[in-house]
Amino acid sequence: MRYAMAIDTKKCVGCSDCVVACQTENNVPIGYCRDWIVEETNGTYPQLEMELRSERCNHCANAPCVRCCPTGASHIVEGGIVLVTQNDCIGCGACIASCPYDARYPYPDGYVDKCTFCYHRVKKGEKPACVEVCPTKCLYFGDLDDANSEVSVILKKRKYKTLIPEAGTDPQLYFLI
Amino acid sequence: MQSRRDFIKIMALGTGALALSGGLFAFMDPKREDGRPVVALDYKTATYCEICFWKCAGWAYKTEKGELWKIVGNDDDQHSNGRFCPRGTGGVGMYNDPNRLKKPMIRVEERGKQVFREVSWAEALDYTAKKLSGISAKYGPEAIALFTHGSGGKYFGDLLKAMGSTNITQPSYAQCRGPRDAAFLATFGEQPDSPEVTDLRDTKCLVLIGSHIGENMHNGQVQEMSDAIDKKATIITVDPRFSTAASKSKYWLPIKPSTDLALLLAWIHEIINNEYYDRKYVETYTTGLEQLKEHVKNFTPEWAYGITTIEPDVIRQTAKEMSNAKPAVIIHPGRHVTWYGDDTQRERAIAILNALLGSWGRRGGFYRPSKKTVPSYPHPEYPEPKTTWKDWFPGQYPLADNPVSNAFVDASIPTKERDAFLKAWIVNGTNLIFTIPDQAHTLEAIQALELLVVVDTMPMEITGWADVILPECTYLERYDSLRDSPHRKPAIALRMPAMEPAYETKPAYWMARELAKRLNVGEYFHFEDQADLLDWQLKKMGSSLEELKKKGVITWDREEDDLFFANGEKIEFPTNSGKIELYSSAMEQAGFDPMPKYTAHEEPPSGFYRLIYGRAPMHTFSRTANNPNLTDLMDENVLWVNPKVAKEWGLKNNDPVFLKNQDGIQSDFAIKVRVTERIRWDSVYMVHGFGHKQKQLERCFGKGVSDTQLITKVKIDPVMGGTGMRGNFVTFIPQVLA
Repeated sequence: MRYAMAIDTKKCVGCSDCVVACQTENNVPIGYCRDWIVEETNGTYPQLEMELRSERCNHCANAPCVRCCPTGASHIVEGGIVLVTQNDCIGCGACIASCPYDARYPYPDGYVDKCTFCYHRVKKGEKPACVEVCPTKCLYFGDLDDANSEVSVILKKRKYKTLIPEAGTDPQLYFLI
Repeated sequence: MQSRRDFIKIMALGTGALALSGGLFAFMDPKREDGRPVVALDYKTATYCEICFWKCAGWAYKTEKGELWKIVGNDDDQHSNGRFCPRGTGGVGMYNDPNRLKKPMIRVEERGKQVFREVSWAEALDYTAKKLSGISAKYGPEAIALFTHGSGGKYFGDLLKAMGSTNITQPSYAQCRGPRDAAFLATFGEQPDSPEVTDLRDTKCLVLIGSHIGENMHNGQVQEMSDAIDKKATIITVDPRFSTAASKSKYWLPIKPSTDLALLLAWIHEIINNEYYDRKYVETYTTGLEQLKEHVKNFTPEWAYGITTIEPDVIRQTAKEMSNAKPAVIIHPGRHVTWYGDDTQRERAIAILNALLGSWGRRGGFYRPSKKTVPSYPHPEYPEPKTTWKDWFPGQYPLADNPVSNAFVDASIPTKERDAFLKAWIVNGTNLIFTIPDQAHTLEAIQALELLVVVDTMPMEITGWADVILPECTYLERYDSLRDSPHRKPAIALRMPAMEPAYETKPAYWMARELAKRLNVGEYFHFEDQADLLDWQLKKMGSSLEELKKKGVITWDREEDDLFFANGEKIEFPTNSGKIELYSSAMEQAGFDPMPKYTAHEEPPSGFYRLIYGRAPMHTFSRTANNPNLTDLMDENVLWVNPKVAKEWGLKNNDPVFLKNQDGIQSDFAIKVRVTERIRWDSVYMVHGFGHKQKQLERCFGKGVSDTQLITKVKIDPVMGGTGMRGNFVTFIPQVLA
């Protein structure tokens, strides 16, 4: 099993619903976030193009944050989801520094926090909160090992890219372009 | 929008200290496995959202401890399809906001000085009732008006009607969608409604005239535009700003601001001259084609090019695209369309284009809405008012089919010749200071009143001018009327309290009923408990409150399969002629051009830029500006400035600037500059609803600039009274740093 997410940049309007849905679902305190929006504009008026995308932890198959964690708090569970065991985390910040995607932040209580792909929901067969809320339905989630999962199906149909592939982390967020 | 950079800064600062205390707190709370609360899953309450007028139905979830946890969409709801927008998802912040109004208050010093004393509900209501009764006795009940933009307004409206006043107004008409409603009524005899009857999900071509779907987060529209993108619909966006929608479009027409009508007329010219129109539809259903053909004969793409700066070939190509898609094409009526004072005429051109392409009543165009009528609760006949707002200024705004809020303001100011028509305002859920342009004029009206009662959940600017402040509980703490908005299928939705009203706040129904009792019209509010009223209504409809509590929403099938016009269907349109009027007899009778003409609008003087404003997806007007969850996403507006302009003024990103408009009005606060190619060089852009100067709004006080403050030149639409607000120009006053 290999969980992954596809983000359709052609549909995303950058509304930040994924951000606030994650905050309420996961009790992320005000002032912090596990996912965020990036707007990239290129060109000169009026020859312009813009990409909007919802970003979060890439749940890398080759995750530097897991390798550098001195206590084993950062670990990989079933389906390739990268998690942090709060009680094992000493808040040293090595994982924050190692992540090419700036996906981690220190929770005010002292441990490092990040996107879990809503593991608590996924375990029950539900989709992550961000996927379920997105008004444009631009987020697709599922198991890449299942050829019929919505993420496998959309990746077969569409062109996509990953972010900072040169970091060699084998990221599992696929941006449809 | 969330800036990741900010969070990185927080991390860099925090890491050292955190290493020392690392993990300690986490040990102390073993329950918080994922940092998320433990929840009983059946702990959910039916609601529909009040953060905007879309009123999406959903569920409010609570934690095991009974704390409000999250709000998610109801899968059976046509407005949300189970997906709330960021504002609805962030609705928890409306409940949690520590700056909420907490207790009733009565003003003690002169109006506007903001000196109040906290009083009991009994005292606040007694005082309000005594004042209202005195004003009613002295001037007649018609001297009492209601301004409303919230569900609670229904009950204050009923109170006014019971007293004998029908002077009830919503700024959402004359400050927002009024021109399109008037124009579509004049053309089709019907309005685009709310939610709009646009069949976006099946359209093949969507044309947006300044409409920024995706930034305006009208949930169903955003969802269906996304469906249209999936289905490879052609999107044509006309906007001087490279909006989000423009970035999703096959054609972006970066039009010179204020010239849209010239482009629309050129499209009409192209469509008629090339016989692109839907011949059968036009022949069967419309009247006035010959006059229209004659009218637009000189409005060539070349003519429009000189006005709009849009290349003739692009005008031709886009007209062809619309034609290819017909009748599955939508020239979107928009929503906030009070721009230049000739807005009804611009919207008429939009309506005419839709009529020519045969999209009204067709799949992929506009559908026929259907609604379930909720029985009104039993009450004695309302007394006939002696006068209405239409009597104040005879002949003014003849095609306004809704009370015009700015006319209410005018009617509250006495002149040499006459006393004021209005002496008391009740204001529910609308921050008039940020809603109606020309603030000085609004304040003049307020100062002339004998009573201003403000009912709100938050200490918005308008509360500062009140004589009495009645703190309303949020939508998450109250019952309200059943939502019965029209949609593809008739449906109703329930709002019930998920939480007890916090502090000493109360629902509007209770307030209105208590006032009614004190004003001797208590018999108009039969039910003491609103739940009993809803149950009574629902039982009359063959359901019950019990059922709605479980389902949240009930949707019925349409009685007939008539979502779209049937082939060759005979239709009598509710216009003077019974036809779709390309040539409007209603406009002609009222003394206006029966077919739209382009008029040039004023241009910015040298060194000034047209002030364009709009929406951000995470905020609703000024009402969400202090919501903790939503300010976390966006806590101030910024000023979009084209790089050429920025260079000329020496402005860089994040430079704070004050703004001054053509009338010498300077912004209360500074706004940060955003240098971006996404805006034309003759305009600047900001999101509406920021720049709050009410200190009790601790989170948003002084953040950004209020566009409304700078909108002092108002171009009134003579057809329906709309307040055109896009004819204001600003210049920069770079902030001198000490």
